[in-house]
Amino acid sequence: MGGYLRMKALARSHPLWLAYILHRVSGLLLALFLPVHFWVLSMAITNPQGLDTLLLLTDSVAVKLAEFGLVFLLAVHMFGGLRVMALEWLPWTGSQKTLIALVSAVSFFIATLFFLRAV
Amino acid sequence: MSSNTIAVTVHRGSGTSKELRTETFDVPAYDNQTVLDVVSWIQQHADPTLSYRFACRVGMCGSCAMMVNGVPRWTCRTHISKVLLDNTVEIAPLRNLPVIKDLAVDMDPFFDKWVAAEGVHHTAVTRDDPIREIDTSGESRQQADAGIECINCSVCFAACDTVAGNADYLGPAALQRAWTLLNDTKDDGREKILAAVSGKGGCHNCHSMGSCTVYCPNELDPMSAIAGLKRETMKQFFGGRKSTATKQGQGDA
Repeated sequence: MGGYLRMKALARSHPLWLAYILHRVSGLLLALFLPVHFWVLSMAITNPQGLDTLLLLTDSVAVKLAEFGLVFLLAVHMFGGLRVMALEWLPWTGSQKTLIALVSAVSFFIATLFFLRAV
Repeated sequence: MSSNTIAVTVHRGSGTSKELRTETFDVPAYDNQTVLDVVSWIQQHADPTLSYRFACRVGMCGSCAMMVNGVPRWTCRTHISKVLLDNTVEIAPLRNLPVIKDLAVDMDPFFDKWVAAEGVHHTAVTRDDPIREIDTSGESRQQADAGIECINCSVCFAACDTVAGNADYLGPAALQRAWTLLNDTKDDGREKILAAVSGKGGCHNCHSMGSCTVYCPNELDPMSAIAGLKRETMKQFFGGRKSTATKQGQGDA
């Protein structure tokens, strides 16, 4: 049945399906991250020393990379959500949607650049 | 295998087992050969017991759809040269429907859902009433005109992962039919249709994966039609605000 598995994989290789799965997987990973995030934040009250030692870890390259991944997931999930809302709530033509996606992506990019210069 | 033959792997189902068994046939290659021609050659020259379904051979009847290399396609309008991978091709019965035998599937669930989505004509006028005017330039008429091109081939139904994972889901074709009728001046089933498509298995189950729109052989857009139903049912839920898709001329009769 290996051949049939190959067949199933082929049928999904189109941008709409990839956008769908990217949105879902990023949402799942963010949902897994959030409890840990809140737990670490709660240490500010329950265990300040523990929090300080944990925060020292954020200087390591591995955590910096993980942070990049996190921001990437957030961006992907946010745009995925905006895409679904535009798709389902705005009866626009395909070219209008492409234009709007392009404009929001460029403005997000510019805004992020300004933000990074500020920090 | 010489270069002027095609290795065709057929995934054959049976009514008794869910497993498909594969069988490979060497089929002579011709110019201008469709996938349906290949299947017919196997049935006529290699294995007369091979069961499959077709009728018009010109893309009108919607009965010959099969999985070709994992993609649901109308086989009568698909050139074999376009789907060959290293001179091989895999053909399987349509996904998401029970197999009767070999490549023939039971279309009953597909058509039952068509009816369950209120994909039937709802009329309020009799033969004594004047015929309703159709504004051909109207937005809703254009939506309806696009939707009526559906040939019920079930390619979208086979392409949809939501159909695969949710037995109650009405599927792209049935929901697009509902959207078509909702936009048709001559149909009076608005309340019934919105009730049918907003319930369990209705339009809000759609995850907008878009395989229906990508693989529709008539280049229709069921995903956007379902999005239209989502908007209309939501508008109705939040107080029946007059919608953009409300038919012109409705209520004159």
